[in-house]
Amino acid sequence: MSDYSLKTPLSETDARKLRVGDTVTLSGSIFTARDRAHKYLIEETKPETLEFSLKGAALYHCGPLVKRKDNRFEIVVAGPTTSNRMNPYEADVIARYGIRAIIGKGGMDDRTLEALGRCGCVYLSAVSGAAVVLARYVTRILNAYKLEEFGMPECFWEFDVRDFPAIVTMDTHGQSIHKQVEQASAEKLKDLLLSG
Amino acid sequence: MSLVSELVSLYRRMATVLSDDIYNALMKTRASEDRGSPAHLAISTIIENADLAKSGSKPICQDTGYPVFFVTLPSHTSIPRVREAITEATRIATAEIPLRPNAVDSITGKNSGDNTGALWPLIYFDGWDKDHTLVRAMLKGGGSENCGVIYKLPDARLGAGRDLEGVRKTVLDAVHGAQGRACPPYVLGVALGGSKDAAAQLSKMQLLRPLDDTNPSPKLADLERRLMEEANSLGIGPIGVGGKTCVMGVKIAAAHRHAASYFVDVAFCCWADRKGSLEYHGKV
Repeated sequence: MSDYSLKTPLSETDARKLRVGDTVTLSGSIFTARDRAHKYLIEETKPETLEFSLKGAALYHCGPLVKRKDNRFEIVVAGPTTSNRMNPYEADVIARYGIRAIIGKGGMDDRTLEALGRCGCVYLSAVSGAAVVLARYVTRILNAYKLEEFGMPECFWEFDVRDFPAIVTMDTHGQSIHKQVEQASAEKLKDLLLSG
Repeated sequence: MSLVSELVSLYRRMATVLSDDIYNALMKTRASEDRGSPAHLAISTIIENADLAKSGSKPICQDTGYPVFFVTLPSHTSIPRVREAITEATRIATAEIPLRPNAVDSITGKNSGDNTGALWPLIYFDGWDKDHTLVRAMLKGGGSENCGVIYKLPDARLGAGRDLEGVRKTVLDAVHGAQGRACPPYVLGVALGGSKDAAAQLSKMQLLRPLDDTNPSPKLADLERRLMEEANSLGIGPIGVGGKTCVMGVKIAAAHRHAASYFVDVAFCCWADRKGSLEYHGKV
Protein backbone atom coordinates (compact mmCIF):
# COMPACT_ATOMS: atom_id res chain seq x y z
CA MET A 1 0.00 0.00 0.00
CA SER A 2 1.43 3.35 -1.08
CA ASP A 3 0.80 7.04 -0.61
CA TYR A 4 0.34 9.26 -3.66
CA SER A 5 0.04 13.02 -4.13
CA LEU A 6 -1.82 13.75 -7.35
CA LYS A 7 -2.69 16.91 -9.21
CA THR A 8 -5.72 17.42 -11.44
CA PRO A 9 -6.29 17.08 -14.36
CA LEU A 10 -5.26 13.44 -13.92
CA SER A 11 -3.65 11.29 -16.59
CA GLU A 12 -4.50 7.71 -17.47
CA THR A 13 -1.13 6.70 -15.97
CA ASP A 14 -2.08 8.40 -12.67
CA ALA A 15 -5.25 6.33 -12.50
CA ARG A 16 -3.71 3.02 -13.56
CA LYS A 17 -0.86 3.07 -11.04
CA LEU A 18 -3.27 3.18 -8.07
CA ARG A 19 -4.33 0.02 -6.23
CA VAL A 20 -6.99 -0.61 -3.62
CA GLY A 21 -5.70 0.28 -0.16
CA ASP A 22 -3.46 3.08 -1.47
CA THR A 23 -3.98 6.49 0.07
CA VAL A 24 -4.16 9.57 -2.11
CA THR A 25 -4.05 13.32 -1.56
CA LEU A 26 -5.53 15.34 -4.40
CA SER A 27 -4.74 18.94 -5.32
CA GLY A 28 -6.13 21.20 -8.02
CA SER A 29 -9.69 21.70 -9.18
CA ILE A 30 -12.40 19.06 -8.62
CA PHE A 31 -16.09 19.09 -9.61
CA THR A 32 -19.02 18.07 -7.44
CA ALA A 33 -21.69 16.07 -9.27
CA ARG A 34 -24.49 14.01 -7.75
CA ASP A 35 -27.93 12.72 -8.78
CA ARG A 36 -29.27 15.61 -10.87
CA ALA A 37 -25.88 16.43 -12.41
CA HIS A 38 -25.39 12.81 -13.56
CA LYS A 39 -28.83 12.72 -15.20
CA TYR A 40 -27.94 16.00 -16.91
CA LEU A 41 -24.56 14.75 -18.17
CA ILE A 42 -26.08 11.71 -19.84
CA GLU A 43 -29.58 12.76 -20.87
CA GLU A 44 -29.39 16.49 -21.45
CA THR A 45 -25.91 17.45 -22.66
CA LYS A 46 -22.68 16.11 -24.17
CA PRO A 47 -18.95 16.96 -23.79
CA GLU A 48 -19.06 19.39 -26.77
CA THR A 49 -21.92 21.44 -25.34
CA LEU A 50 -21.00 21.32 -21.63
CA GLU A 51 -19.69 24.72 -20.54
CA PHE A 52 -16.63 23.24 -18.80
CA SER A 53 -14.34 20.33 -19.57
CA LEU A 54 -14.30 17.18 -17.45
CA LYS A 55 -11.34 15.62 -19.27
CA GLY A 56 -9.02 14.16 -16.63
CA ALA A 57 -11.34 15.46 -13.92
CA ALA A 58 -12.06 14.16 -10.44
CA LEU A 59 -15.84 14.04 -9.83
CA TYR A 60 -16.87 14.39 -6.20
CA HIS A 61 -20.22 12.87 -5.17
CA CYS A 62 -21.06 15.71 -2.83
CA GLY A 63 -23.84 18.18 -2.16
CA PRO A 64 -21.98 20.82 -0.17
CA LEU A 65 -23.31 23.38 2.28
CA VAL A 66 -22.26 26.74 0.88
CA LYS A 67 -23.03 30.28 1.95
CA ARG A 68 -22.99 33.39 -0.16
CA LYS A 69 -21.04 36.28 1.36
CA ASP A 70 -20.73 39.64 -0.44
CA ASN A 71 -21.34 38.01 -3.83
CA ARG A 72 -18.73 35.35 -3.13
CA PHE A 73 -19.32 31.72 -2.27
CA GLU A 74 -17.84 30.36 0.90
CA ILE A 75 -17.68 26.69 1.80
CA VAL A 76 -19.29 25.75 5.12
CA VAL A 77 -18.99 21.95 5.13
CA ALA A 78 -18.68 19.32 2.36
CA GLY A 79 -18.46 15.55 2.76
CA PRO A 80 -19.29 12.72 0.33
CA THR A 81 -22.79 11.49 -0.50
CA THR A 82 -23.73 7.83 -1.16
CA SER A 83 -22.36 6.85 -4.57
CA ASN A 84 -24.57 3.92 -5.52
CA ARG A 85 -27.38 6.25 -6.65
CA MET A 86 -25.11 7.27 -9.52
CA ASN A 87 -24.66 3.62 -10.67
CA PRO A 88 -27.06 3.89 -13.63
CA TYR A 89 -25.03 6.73 -15.17
CA GLU A 90 -21.44 6.48 -13.99
CA ALA A 91 -19.96 4.03 -16.50
CA ASP A 92 -21.19 6.22 -19.38
CA VAL A 93 -20.11 9.45 -17.67
CA ILE A 94 -16.58 8.05 -17.24
CA ALA A 95 -16.37 6.88 -20.86
CA ARG A 96 -17.91 9.95 -22.50
CA TYR A 97 -16.29 12.70 -20.47
CA GLY A 98 -12.87 11.18 -19.72
CA ILE A 99 -13.19 11.20 -15.92
CA ARG A 100 -10.10 9.83 -14.12
CA ALA A 101 -11.29 9.75 -10.49
CA ILE A 102 -14.62 9.44 -8.68
CA ILE A 103 -14.70 10.46 -5.02
CA GLY A 104 -17.61 9.24 -2.92
CA LYS A 105 -18.70 6.84 -0.23
CA GLY A 106 -20.08 3.31 -0.08
CA GLY A 107 -18.69 2.12 -3.44
CA MET A 108 -20.31 1.41 -6.81
CA ASP A 109 -21.57 -1.53 -8.88
CA ASP A 110 -19.87 -4.02 -11.22
CA ARG A 111 -20.73 -2.04 -14.33
CA THR A 112 -18.84 0.95 -12.91
CA LEU A 113 -15.95 -1.30 -11.80
CA GLU A 114 -15.69 -2.61 -15.37
CA ALA A 115 -15.67 0.96 -16.76
CA LEU A 116 -12.87 1.92 -14.34
CA GLY A 117 -10.65 -0.79 -15.85
CA ARG A 118 -11.69 -0.15 -19.46
CA CYS A 119 -11.31 3.65 -19.37
CA GLY A 120 -8.60 4.15 -16.75
CA CYS A 121 -10.39 5.71 -13.77
CA VAL A 122 -10.34 5.05 -10.00
CA TYR A 123 -12.91 5.21 -7.22
CA LEU A 124 -11.76 6.96 -4.06
CA SER A 125 -13.55 6.80 -0.69
CA ALA A 126 -13.64 9.88 1.50
CA VAL A 127 -14.66 9.47 5.15
CA SER A 128 -18.48 9.53 5.27
CA GLY A 129 -19.94 12.40 7.21
CA ALA A 130 -16.55 14.03 7.86
CA ALA A 131 -17.85 17.22 6.31
CA VAL A 132 -16.05 19.71 8.57
CA VAL A 133 -12.69 17.96 8.27
CA LEU A 134 -12.95 17.58 4.48
CA ALA A 135 -14.04 21.19 3.90
CA ARG A 136 -10.72 22.30 5.37
CA TYR A 137 -8.99 20.94 2.25
CA VAL A 138 -11.18 23.09 -0.02
CA THR A 139 -9.18 26.30 -0.40
CA ARG A 140 -11.86 28.13 -2.38
CA ILE A 141 -14.85 27.81 -4.65
CA LEU A 142 -13.88 28.50 -8.27
CA ASN A 143 -17.27 28.22 -9.98
CA ALA A 144 -20.88 27.12 -9.68
CA TYR A 145 -22.72 25.74 -12.72
CA LYS A 146 -26.52 25.19 -12.87
CA LEU A 147 -26.96 26.59 -9.35
CA GLU A 148 -30.32 28.28 -10.00
CA GLU A 149 -31.73 25.30 -11.88
CA PHE A 150 -30.48 22.38 -9.76
CA GLY A 151 -30.18 24.06 -6.34
CA MET A 152 -27.30 24.10 -3.84
CA PRO A 153 -26.96 20.36 -3.15
CA GLU A 154 -27.34 19.25 -6.76
CA CYS A 155 -25.50 21.76 -8.96
CA PHE A 156 -21.89 21.46 -10.17
CA TRP A 157 -19.44 23.19 -7.81
CA GLU A 158 -15.85 23.56 -8.92
CA PHE A 159 -13.59 23.48 -5.86
CA ASP A 160 -9.93 24.25 -5.60
CA VAL A 161 -8.56 21.65 -3.17
CA ARG A 162 -5.18 21.12 -1.57
CA ASP A 163 -4.12 17.66 -0.30
CA PHE A 164 -7.70 16.34 -0.16
CA PRO A 165 -7.36 12.88 1.51
CA ALA A 166 -9.01 9.69 0.23
CA ILE A 167 -8.47 5.91 0.05
CA VAL A 168 -8.50 3.95 -3.21
CA THR A 169 -11.31 1.42 -2.75
CA MET A 170 -11.96 0.43 -6.42
CA ASP A 171 -9.14 0.33 -8.96
CA THR A 172 -8.44 -0.21 -12.68
CA HIS A 173 -7.32 -3.79 -11.97
CA GLY A 174 -10.80 -5.08 -11.16
CA GLN A 175 -10.37 -4.87 -7.38
CA SER A 176 -13.01 -3.44 -5.04
CA ILE A 177 -12.77 -3.32 -1.25
CA HIS A 178 -16.56 -2.81 -1.15
CA LYS A 179 -17.08 -6.05 -3.04
CA GLN A 180 -14.62 -7.90 -0.77
CA VAL A 181 -16.42 -6.70 2.39
CA GLU A 182 -19.83 -7.42 0.82
CA GLN A 183 -18.85 -11.00 -0.05
CA ALA A 184 -17.18 -11.75 3.29
CA SER A 185 -20.20 -10.37 5.18
CA ALA A 186 -22.56 -12.40 2.95
CA GLU A 187 -20.78 -15.60 4.05
CA LYS A 188 -21.07 -14.59 7.69
CA LEU A 189 -24.75 -13.69 7.20
CA LYS A 190 -25.43 -17.12 5.75
CA ASP A 191 -24.05 -18.74 8.93
CA LEU A 192 -26.07 -16.43 11.15
CA LEU A 193 -29.31 -17.17 9.27
CA LEU A 194 -28.77 -20.90 9.68
CA SER A 195 -27.93 -20.68 13.39
CA GLY A 196 -30.84 -19.80 15.59
CA MET B 1 -37.72 33.07 24.98
CA SER B 2 -40.40 32.44 22.42
CA LEU B 3 -41.06 28.94 21.14
CA VAL B 4 -39.58 29.97 17.78
CA SER B 5 -36.23 31.04 19.27
CA GLU B 6 -36.08 27.94 21.47
CA LEU B 7 -36.65 25.83 18.34
CA VAL B 8 -33.88 27.65 16.44
CA SER B 9 -31.51 26.90 19.35
CA LEU B 10 -32.60 23.26 19.25
CA TYR B 11 -31.81 23.16 15.52
CA ARG B 12 -28.36 24.63 16.17
CA ARG B 13 -27.63 22.16 18.97
CA MET B 14 -28.72 19.19 16.88
CA ALA B 15 -26.84 20.24 13.73
CA THR B 16 -23.54 21.03 15.44
CA VAL B 17 -23.19 18.95 18.64
CA LEU B 18 -23.61 15.19 19.07
CA SER B 19 -25.38 14.04 22.22
CA ASP B 20 -23.14 12.41 24.86
CA ASP B 21 -24.46 8.88 24.27
CA ILE B 22 -23.57 9.01 20.56
CA TYR B 23 -20.19 10.64 21.16
CA ASN B 24 -19.28 8.03 23.80
CA ALA B 25 -20.32 5.24 21.43
CA LEU B 26 -18.00 6.67 18.75
CA MET B 27 -15.14 6.65 21.28
CA LYS B 28 -15.94 3.01 22.09
CA THR B 29 -15.95 2.22 18.37
CA ARG B 30 -12.49 3.72 17.99
CA ALA B 31 -11.21 1.62 20.90
CA SER B 32 -12.60 -1.51 19.20
CA GLU B 33 -10.70 -1.03 15.93
CA ASP B 34 -7.10 -2.06 15.25
CA ARG B 35 -4.66 0.85 15.30
CA GLY B 36 -3.45 1.77 11.83
CA SER B 37 -6.34 0.03 10.04
CA PRO B 38 -8.54 1.97 7.56
CA ALA B 39 -11.39 1.51 10.07
CA HIS B 40 -9.36 3.14 12.86
CA LEU B 41 -8.31 5.98 10.58
CA ALA B 42 -11.92 6.55 9.53
CA ILE B 43 -13.39 6.55 13.05
CA SER B 44 -10.60 8.86 14.25
CA THR B 45 -11.49 11.31 11.45
CA ILE B 46 -15.17 11.02 12.41
CA ILE B 47 -14.39 11.93 16.04
CA GLU B 48 -12.13 14.80 14.96
CA ASN B 49 -15.00 15.98 12.73
CA ALA B 50 -17.45 15.94 15.65
CA ASP B 51 -14.97 17.91 17.81
CA LEU B 52 -14.37 20.53 15.10
CA ALA B 53 -18.10 20.92 14.42
CA LYS B 54 -18.74 21.55 18.10
CA SER B 55 -15.87 24.00 18.65
CA GLY B 56 -16.55 25.90 15.41
CA SER B 57 -20.35 25.70 15.72
CA LYS B 58 -20.55 24.21 12.21
CA PRO B 59 -22.94 21.52 10.98
CA ILE B 60 -21.44 18.07 11.59
CA CYS B 61 -22.43 16.92 8.10
CA GLN B 62 -23.27 18.84 4.90
CA ASP B 63 -26.48 16.82 4.77
CA THR B 64 -28.29 18.61 7.56
CA GLY B 65 -31.09 16.14 7.08
CA TYR B 66 -34.85 15.88 6.98
CA PRO B 67 -36.14 17.60 10.13
CA VAL B 68 -38.53 15.28 12.00
CA PHE B 69 -40.43 16.45 15.08
CA PHE B 70 -42.40 14.52 17.70
CA VAL B 71 -44.40 17.09 19.66
CA THR B 72 -46.41 16.36 22.82
CA LEU B 73 -48.89 19.12 23.64
CA PRO B 74 -50.80 20.13 26.78
CA SER B 75 -54.57 20.31 26.36
CA HIS B 76 -55.99 23.42 24.71
CA THR B 77 -52.84 24.08 22.69
CA SER B 78 -53.27 24.97 19.07
CA ILE B 79 -51.69 22.47 16.66
CA PRO B 80 -51.69 24.98 13.74
CA ARG B 81 -49.81 27.55 15.87
CA VAL B 82 -47.15 25.03 16.89
CA ARG B 83 -46.82 23.93 13.28
CA GLU B 84 -46.38 27.55 12.25
CA ALA B 85 -43.69 28.09 14.93
CA ILE B 86 -41.76 25.04 13.73
CA THR B 87 -41.97 26.20 10.11
CA GLU B 88 -40.76 29.69 11.00
CA ALA B 89 -37.92 28.31 13.13
CA THR B 90 -36.91 26.06 10.23
CA ARG B 91 -36.63 29.04 7.87
CA ILE B 92 -34.57 31.02 10.39
CA ALA B 93 -32.31 28.05 11.23
CA THR B 94 -31.72 27.35 7.53
CA ALA B 95 -30.53 30.92 6.93
CA GLU B 96 -28.63 31.46 10.18
CA ILE B 97 -26.81 28.25 11.11
CA PRO B 98 -26.90 27.63 8.05
CA LEU B 99 -28.61 24.35 7.13
CA ARG B 100 -28.46 22.98 3.61
CA PRO B 101 -31.78 23.51 1.82
CA ASN B 102 -32.83 19.89 1.26
CA ALA B 103 -36.55 20.07 0.40
CA VAL B 104 -37.14 19.30 -3.28
CA ASP B 105 -40.55 19.42 -4.99
CA SER B 106 -41.05 15.83 -6.15
CA ILE B 107 -43.06 16.92 -9.20
CA THR B 108 -41.04 19.86 -10.55
CA GLY B 109 -37.60 19.06 -9.08
CA LYS B 110 -37.38 22.59 -7.68
CA ASN B 111 -35.62 23.07 -4.32
CA SER B 112 -37.78 25.23 -2.03
CA GLY B 113 -34.60 26.88 -0.73
CA ASP B 114 -35.66 27.13 2.93
CA ASN B 115 -36.28 23.55 4.09
CA THR B 116 -40.06 23.90 4.06
CA GLY B 117 -42.58 22.17 1.81
CA ALA B 118 -45.24 19.48 1.76
CA LEU B 119 -44.75 17.29 4.88
CA TRP B 120 -41.46 19.13 5.41
CA PRO B 121 -40.52 19.43 8.25
CA LEU B 122 -42.28 16.22 9.22
CA ILE B 123 -44.25 16.72 12.46
CA TYR B 124 -46.05 14.11 14.58
CA PHE B 125 -48.38 15.45 17.28
CA ASP B 126 -49.50 13.81 20.47
CA GLY B 127 -51.01 15.14 23.69
CA TRP B 128 -50.75 14.70 27.46
CA ASP B 129 -52.20 16.17 30.65
CA LYS B 130 -49.04 18.02 31.75
CA ASP B 131 -48.83 21.81 31.46
CA HIS B 132 -45.82 22.10 29.15
CA THR B 133 -44.97 21.18 25.58
CA LEU B 134 -42.33 18.53 24.87
CA VAL B 135 -40.54 18.70 21.53
CA ARG B 136 -38.32 15.82 20.50
CA ALA B 137 -36.61 16.06 17.14
CA MET B 138 -33.96 14.70 14.80
CA LEU B 139 -32.18 15.80 11.66
CA LYS B 140 -32.36 12.60 9.66
CA GLY B 141 -29.65 12.13 7.03
CA GLY B 142 -30.90 11.15 3.56
CA GLY B 143 -28.27 8.48 2.93
CA SER B 144 -29.26 6.55 6.03
CA GLU B 145 -32.99 7.03 5.41
CA ASN B 146 -32.51 5.42 1.97
CA CYS B 147 -31.21 2.21 3.57
CA GLY B 148 -34.37 1.71 5.66
CA VAL B 149 -36.32 -1.48 4.84
CA ILE B 150 -39.76 -2.87 5.62
CA TYR B 151 -40.16 -6.66 5.72
CA LYS B 152 -43.34 -8.73 5.73
CA LEU B 153 -43.03 -11.98 7.60
CA PRO B 154 -42.83 -14.79 6.73
CA ASP B 155 -39.92 -14.17 4.38
CA ALA B 156 -38.96 -17.28 2.41
CA ARG B 157 -35.66 -15.89 1.10
CA LEU B 158 -34.37 -15.43 4.66
CA GLY B 159 -36.18 -18.40 6.20
CA ALA B 160 -37.70 -15.87 8.59
CA GLY B 161 -40.95 -16.85 10.33
CA ARG B 162 -43.43 -14.86 12.39
CA ASP B 163 -41.51 -14.71 15.65
CA LEU B 164 -38.59 -12.88 17.25
CA GLU B 165 -36.19 -15.28 15.58
CA GLY B 166 -37.64 -14.17 12.22
CA VAL B 167 -37.25 -10.54 13.26
CA ARG B 168 -33.59 -11.19 14.08
CA LYS B 169 -32.99 -12.52 10.57
CA THR B 170 -34.54 -9.52 8.87
CA VAL B 171 -32.44 -7.04 10.86
CA LEU B 172 -29.21 -8.88 10.03
CA ASP B 173 -30.23 -8.94 6.36
CA ALA B 174 -30.94 -5.19 6.44
CA VAL B 175 -27.49 -4.44 7.88
CA HIS B 176 -25.84 -6.65 5.29
CA GLY B 177 -27.87 -4.94 2.56
CA ALA B 178 -26.86 -1.46 3.71
CA GLN B 179 -23.12 -2.28 3.87
CA GLY B 180 -21.31 1.07 4.24
CA ARG B 181 -23.88 3.10 2.33
CA ALA B 182 -25.70 4.64 5.29
CA CYS B 183 -22.57 5.99 7.07
CA PRO B 184 -21.78 3.43 9.77
CA PRO B 185 -21.38 3.00 12.72
CA TYR B 186 -25.19 2.95 12.75
CA VAL B 187 -27.96 3.20 15.29
CA LEU B 188 -30.85 0.92 14.29
CA GLY B 189 -34.50 1.56 15.13
CA VAL B 190 -36.68 -1.51 14.69
CA ALA B 191 -40.47 -1.82 14.93
CA LEU B 192 -42.54 -5.00 14.81
CA GLY B 193 -46.22 -5.20 14.07
CA GLY B 194 -48.64 -2.35 13.47
CA SER B 195 -49.73 -1.19 10.03
CA LYS B 196 -47.16 -0.25 7.42
CA ASP B 197 -47.17 3.44 8.39
CA ALA B 198 -47.29 2.73 12.14
CA ALA B 199 -44.23 0.49 11.86
CA ALA B 200 -42.29 3.16 9.95
CA GLN B 201 -43.11 5.82 12.54
CA LEU B 202 -42.41 3.55 15.50
CA SER B 203 -39.02 2.45 14.18
CA LYS B 204 -38.03 6.09 13.67
CA MET B 205 -39.10 6.97 17.21
CA GLN B 206 -36.72 4.32 18.58
CA LEU B 207 -33.83 6.41 17.25
CA LEU B 208 -34.63 9.00 19.93
CA ARG B 209 -33.95 6.56 22.78
CA PRO B 210 -30.68 7.06 24.68
CA LEU B 211 -28.19 4.40 23.59
CA ASP B 212 -27.67 3.26 27.20
CA ASP B 213 -31.34 2.80 28.15
CA THR B 214 -32.84 -0.61 28.88
CA ASN B 215 -35.78 -1.96 26.94
CA PRO B 216 -38.71 -2.56 29.33
CA SER B 217 -39.40 -5.86 27.59
CA PRO B 218 -36.74 -8.42 28.67
CA LYS B 219 -37.24 -10.35 25.43
CA LEU B 220 -36.64 -7.28 23.29
CA ALA B 221 -33.70 -6.22 25.50
CA ASP B 222 -32.10 -9.63 24.85
CA LEU B 223 -32.73 -9.32 21.13
CA GLU B 224 -31.20 -5.82 21.06
CA ARG B 225 -28.01 -7.10 22.72
CA ARG B 226 -27.78 -10.14 20.52
CA LEU B 227 -28.39 -8.20 17.29
CA MET B 228 -25.74 -5.65 18.09
CA GLU B 229 -23.15 -8.38 18.59
CA GLU B 230 -24.20 -10.37 15.52
CA ALA B 231 -24.47 -7.34 13.22
CA ASN B 232 -20.96 -6.29 14.19
CA SER B 233 -19.69 -9.80 13.48
CA LEU B 234 -20.55 -9.21 9.78
CA GLY B 235 -17.26 -7.27 9.65
CA ILE B 236 -18.57 -4.23 7.75
CA GLY B 237 -16.95 -1.74 10.13
CA PRO B 238 -17.07 2.04 10.27
CA ILE B 239 -17.58 3.58 6.77
CA GLY B 240 -17.98 0.03 5.39
CA VAL B 241 -14.37 -0.78 4.44
CA GLY B 242 -14.17 -3.60 7.00
CA GLY B 243 -13.76 -3.51 10.78
CA LYS B 244 -15.23 -4.52 14.13
CA THR B 245 -18.04 -2.02 14.72
CA CYS B 246 -20.73 -1.04 12.23
CA VAL B 247 -23.59 -0.84 14.77
CA MET B 248 -23.50 1.27 17.97
CA GLY B 249 -27.00 0.49 19.15
CA VAL B 250 -30.18 -1.45 18.34
CA LYS B 251 -33.51 -0.19 19.72
CA ILE B 252 -36.64 -2.30 19.22
CA ALA B 253 -40.33 -1.68 19.94
CA ALA B 254 -43.44 -3.74 19.26
CA ALA B 255 -46.99 -2.77 18.33
CA HIS B 256 -49.96 -5.11 18.10
CA ARG B 257 -50.48 -6.39 14.60
CA HIS B 258 -53.39 -7.50 12.45
CA ALA B 259 -53.56 -11.31 12.45
CA ALA B 260 -52.82 -11.24 8.71
CA SER B 261 -49.75 -8.97 8.96
CA TYR B 262 -46.31 -9.08 10.54
CA PHE B 263 -44.29 -6.03 9.54
CA VAL B 264 -40.71 -5.46 10.59
CA ASP B 265 -39.48 -1.95 9.84
CA VAL B 266 -35.76 -1.26 10.15
CA ALA B 267 -34.68 2.40 10.30
CA PHE B 268 -31.00 3.29 9.98
CA CYS B 269 -29.40 6.33 11.52
CA CYS B 270 -25.92 7.35 10.40
CA TRP B 271 -23.16 7.93 12.97
CA ALA B 272 -24.09 11.64 12.82
CA ASP B 273 -27.18 10.81 14.88
CA ARG B 274 -28.47 14.33 15.43
CA LYS B 275 -31.26 14.29 17.98
CA GLY B 276 -32.46 16.59 20.71
CA SER B 277 -35.39 17.78 22.78
CA LEU B 278 -36.79 20.78 24.59
CA GLU B 279 -39.49 21.52 27.13
CA TYR B 280 -41.46 24.67 26.53
CA HIS B 281 -43.30 26.16 29.49
CA GLY B 282 -44.56 29.35 27.82
CA LYS B 283 -47.86 29.86 26.09
CA VAL B 284 -48.08 28.99 22.41
